[in-house]
Amino acid sequence: MFLIHCPYCGEREQSEFKAGGEAHIVRPKQPTELSDDQWAEYLFMRKNIKGVQFERWVHAHGCRKWFNMVRDTSNDEIKAIYKMGEKPPTKYK
Amino acid sequence: MTNNLRVKSSKFIDETYKISFKFNNKIYYGYKGDTLASALLANNIHLVGRSFKYHRPRGIMTAGSEEPNAIVQLHKNTSRTEPNVRATEIEIYEGLEASSQNCWPSVNFDIGGINNFLSPVLPAGFYYKTFMWPASFWEKYEYFIRKSAGLGKSPTDSDPDIYEHKYIHCDVLVIGAGISGIIAAKTSAKNGFKTLLLDEKPYLGGSTIYQNSEHFKINNQISSSWLDKEINEIKKIDNLEIKIRTSVAAFHGYNFLLARENLTDHLPLHQRNEKVRHRLLKIRAKKVISATGSLERPLVFDNNDRPGILLSSAIEKYSNLFGVACGQKNVLFTNNDSAYETAISLFQKGINVGAIIDNREEVDSKLVKEVEKNNIKIYKGYTVVNTFGYKKINKISIMQLSKDGQKVVGSKISIDCDCLGMSGGWTPAVHLFTQSGGKLKFRDEDQVFIPDTYPSDQISIGSCNGEFTLDEILSSISKKLKDFLNIKKTEYENLEIQSHFNKTKRNIWLLPSDKIIGKTKPFVDYQNDATAKDIKLALREGFRSIEHVKRYTTTGMGTDQGKLGNMHALGIISETAGSKMGELGTTTFRPPYTPLTFGTIVGRNVGEYFDVFRKTPIHDWHVENKAKFENVGQWKRAWFYPKKNESMHEAVQRESKAARDSAGILDASTLGKIDIKGTDASEFLNRVYTNTWSKLAIGKCRYGLMLNEDGMVYDDGVTTRLDENHYIMTTTTGGAATVLGKLEDYLQTEWPELDVYLTSVTDHYATISVCGPNSKKIISKVIPNLDLSDEKFPHMSFKNAKIDKVKCRVMRISFTGEQSYEINVQANYGKSVWDKCMQAGKEFNITPYGTETMHLLRAEKGFIIVGQDTDATMTPIDLQMDWIVSKKKYDFIGKRSLYRSDTIREDRKQLIGLVTENPKEVLEEGAQIVLDASKSPVEMLGHVTSSYYSPNLEKSIALGVVKGGKNMMGQKLIIPMENKQINVTVTDPVFLDKENKRLNA
Ligand SMILES: [Zn+2]
Repeated sequence: MFLIHCPYCGEREQSEFKAGGEAHIVRPKQPTELSDDQWAEYLFMRKNIKGVQFERWVHAHGCRKWFNMVRDTSNDEIKAIYKMGEKPPTKYK
Repeated sequence: MTNNLRVKSSKFIDETYKISFKFNNKIYYGYKGDTLASALLANNIHLVGRSFKYHRPRGIMTAGSEEPNAIVQLHKNTSRTEPNVRATEIEIYEGLEASSQNCWPSVNFDIGGINNFLSPVLPAGFYYKTFMWPASFWEKYEYFIRKSAGLGKSPTDSDPDIYEHKYIHCDVLVIGAGISGIIAAKTSAKNGFKTLLLDEKPYLGGSTIYQNSEHFKINNQISSSWLDKEINEIKKIDNLEIKIRTSVAAFHGYNFLLARENLTDHLPLHQRNEKVRHRLLKIRAKKVISATGSLERPLVFDNNDRPGILLSSAIEKYSNLFGVACGQKNVLFTNNDSAYETAISLFQKGINVGAIIDNREEVDSKLVKEVEKNNIKIYKGYTVVNTFGYKKINKISIMQLSKDGQKVVGSKISIDCDCLGMSGGWTPAVHLFTQSGGKLKFRDEDQVFIPDTYPSDQISIGSCNGEFTLDEILSSISKKLKDFLNIKKTEYENLEIQSHFNKTKRNIWLLPSDKIIGKTKPFVDYQNDATAKDIKLALREGFRSIEHVKRYTTTGMGTDQGKLGNMHALGIISETAGSKMGELGTTTFRPPYTPLTFGTIVGRNVGEYFDVFRKTPIHDWHVENKAKFENVGQWKRAWFYPKKNESMHEAVQRESKAARDSAGILDASTLGKIDIKGTDASEFLNRVYTNTWSKLAIGKCRYGLMLNEDGMVYDDGVTTRLDENHYIMTTTTGGAATVLGKLEDYLQTEWPELDVYLTSVTDHYATISVCGPNSKKIISKVIPNLDLSDEKFPHMSFKNAKIDKVKCRVMRISFTGEQSYEINVQANYGKSVWDKCMQAGKEFNITPYGTETMHLLRAEKGFIIVGQDTDATMTPIDLQMDWIVSKKKYDFIGKRSLYRSDTIREDRKQLIGLVTENPKEVLEEGAQIVLDASKSPVEMLGHVTSSYYSPNLEKSIALGVVKGGKNMMGQKLIIPMENKQINVTVTDPVFLDKENKRLNA
C-alpha cells in the first residue's frame, strides 16, 4: 500500500487515490484530421513498461485533483510527483 | 498416565491452576500456561492427526506457528468451531474442546490409512493426472476426496464474536520480542521514537527466555536472567507499546503491515462474550525492525514423520518452558550443535537422553564435550536410515555415512527410543521480509537464504538475518541499531558474551538410505505429504522451475506454506538437477504468515454494514407501503409495490396501466445530479455530449448522450439550462460517480482553460416524477400558482416554483412518453412533497410505481437504458440514434471514433424492436437471436436486451441487438430456447405513440 504525496493535500494512503493510466498522452487538438491509425495510436496504445513509468493519479477520496507520478513499476518506488501541466522531471526520461 | 511426564516445574506454568479440557471427547488436565500441545504431551499423547494424502498417523512436531501436523478442530458443531488451529499455539482454557481432523472415523482407526498402503500408486501429480479426466467424473471423485481428506469443517452458524480493525502509526515497529527484538525496542523507545513491539507468543523473550545453560552468558549472567531484567525495564517505557499474542500477517510495500491481535482465544468461552476477539492492526511504520527469528529444520530420511519425532528445539522448549518431557527414552539426530543444547537442557531437568546421532564426523565443541562427559553415546558420522512404530516411534536404525555423505556404509544398528529429536540447522524466518519486496541472497557456508536488499526503511536483525549464535547477534546489534536509527550510542556497546555454540554443520538435504529411493518415504512437506521421491519424480518428468515443482508436488502449499520443508525441496532440486541453490530462487511466501479468520478480515463490516446502502428521502414511505426493493449501485430503489396477494407481474401490469390511463408517481431521487457553472459551461457540454448545447435557451431541457473516447455510449440523461452560465445535468443512477469523475478528468487535464465548476448534488435534491394524462391536474393542485399551460410550460422546459414556502425546480420531461413533471426539491422536503402529490392525486387514482414499471414504460417508447440495452460496444449509430449526433460540431468526446473502420461496419450489432408471433409469449432477456437454428454451429446474430408484456399494447414487446439489424425490418428471426423455438419479427424499437402525441395530451 503506497503512501502518496498529493501535491495539494500532502501524504495520504493509497486507498484515497485512483490510478488513471499512462501520463502525457495528449488528446489530439484536431481528431477529425487524423487517420484511423493515428487516432488508434492515441486511443489504444500504451507502453505498460516494467521500470520507470509516467502515470496519472487522482486524489479521488480527497481533493479530487489529478496529478502526475513517476513510478518504478518493478519495485513500486514513487520517484516523483508533479502537478498537471508541469513538465516531467527530465532525469527519468 | 496423567501428568507423569511433568518434570521440574517451570516458571511459565502455574501448577496451582489446573485446567480441564477435552481432546477427542476424553477429559484431560493441564495447567495455566500450557498450550494444547504441551498439555497433550504431558498426558503422553503424541498422535493428534492424520496426514492429508496417505492418512499416516502424525504427532506434534514443533512448539510454534510452523506446526504442520498437529492441527485440530475446536468446539465441533458449535458456532465457535474453528478448523486448522495449531495445537502448538492455542493456549488451554477451562472447557476447551479439541478434536483431530482429517481422520474418519477416528484418529486411531482411520479408513483413509489404506492410502498409505496404496501409496505406490499415489505419486506426485496423482490428483492432477487422475481427476482431470474425464472432467464430468470430478463430481463423483470430489465426494470421496472431501470426506476422507478434508481440512476440517467450517462453522455453519453465524460467528458470535466481535472483530475490529485499528490503524496504528508509529516511528519504529519491531516484529518479534526475542533477545534482538527486546534490545531493538528498548533502544528505539529510549531514543524518543514512538515504538511498537509485537510478538505472536503470549510471553516475551523468544527462545532465550527459557535458556538456562551455563554455556550462554551475558555480562556473566545466564542469558535468560539477563533478558528477564531487560524485559522488566521495557515494560516501564512510556512511548513503547507492547502487544503479545499478535502475529504479523502481512508486510506490504511502504512499511504498511497487517497484524492480528488475539484478545480472547485463551479465555474460557463464558468470558468472551461482548469482547473483541481479534483486532486487525493496520500499521504504518516509518521504520521496521524485523527480529522474527528462525525455524529449526527437520532432517529428511525414511519415515521421518512418525508421532514422537519432533524438532530438537521443540523438545527443549517443552522441557524448559512447559516442564514437559516429550519422551522417556529420547534420542537426538543432528547435523549441528543445536541438539547438544537440547541434550544439556534435558539432563539438567533429569530427562533421559539415550544417544545422539550426528552427521558430522569430527565434533569437539564445548557443548559436545559436556554431553560426552555425561556418558551419552554419540554416533559421529552416522545417519538414521529408518524408524519404526506405527502410532508412536519405538525404534530407529542407523548407519554410518560414507565420506562424501552420498551413501551409507557398514551395518545397521538399532536403538530403542520413544522420542526422536531432529535438528537440520536453522532457516531464517524471512517470510515477512520477502513479502515486503526484499531480495534474498544465498549463503553457501551454512546453506541459508538471508536478507540482501531492503525495499523500504527496514532492517532484519538476529537469527532472521542469519545470525544464529548469541555472540554473533550481540556483537553486531549495537552498530546496526545506531546506523539504522541514526543515534550516537546504545546501552549494548560492550557486552561481555559467553557462547559455546560451534557453527560447523554438515548439510545433507536428502540423507542416504540403504534402500532405493522408490522404497522409502522421506517427507519434505509433512502437511501435504510430499516426499523427496515426489520431488525427484517431478524433475524426471521435466519440471525445472521451483514454482512448477511446488505446484506439481504440492510442496509448501499447505496452511503452513511449507515453513519447515521448503528449503529441503530446494536443496533436493538443486542436487538432483545440478543447479546452484542461489540461482534456483525461492518460492514466494504469501500473506498471511499464519492463517487469519474471515472475521478478522471483515472486522465490523458485517450484517447491515457489510455493504452499506443509500436511501432516498422517501425511502421510509416505500417501506411502509410494502415496496419490494431493487439494488441499483449502492441505492435501494423501490422495484414495485405489490397489493395484497399480487405477484410481481400483476403489480407491474397494474402500475403500468395506471400510469398511462391516469397518473403514476415515481421516486427518481437516485438519478445522478451534477451542478455545472461557469462562463464556458455551454462549450463544455458541447464537448462532452454528442449534440449541440450552445443554442439551448435558458429554461429549456435537452436529452444528451455521452460517449467514451472510443465512441461507445457511456451515459445519458437530461440537462437543463437554469441560467446563462448554469446547468443541472442528470446522469443514470449507477453512472453518477464515474460521470463526475470523467468530467473532472477532462476539465483538469485536457481543457484546463475552460471556466467550469462541477458540484455533485445528487443527495441534495429529492426528485419526484408525476406522469400520465392527469399529471397536469395533480401538479396544478400541488403548485397552484404555476402556469402549466402548454404554451407557457411546454415539454422539455423548466420553471422555478414554490410549494408553500419551499423553493423547487419543476422540469417537464418524460422517460415514459406520457406528459410528465419532475419536481426537484431540497432533500429534506422530499417526503412532504411526495405526500402532497399523493394527496392531490388521490381523486385520479395516482399510482406509485417502481423501477420495473419505469423500465416497461420506457421500453414501450423504445427508450434505451444505458447498461441494459447497451454494453461497452454500442455506438449511438448502433442504437439508431443518429439524430442525436451533431454533424456540425467540430469535435466532442468520441466523435473521431464514430467513423473508424470498425465502427462504420454495416454488420455491427444494432438496436431493434422484436415482437413475438404469439403476442402472449414474453422473451427471456439475454436469449440468443438466430436466423437459422438448423445448421450447427448456429450463427448467433445477437441477443434480447429488454423484454416485457405491455399491458397498454396488450402484447409482448422486446428490444434486442442484432447484427445488421437496422436493415432487417420485418425480418423473421428465431429465439432458440432449451425446449422450443420462438418466432419473432424485427420491428422499429418504438412500439407506442411514435408521433409523441401523449406528451401534450
Ligand atoms: Zn489531494
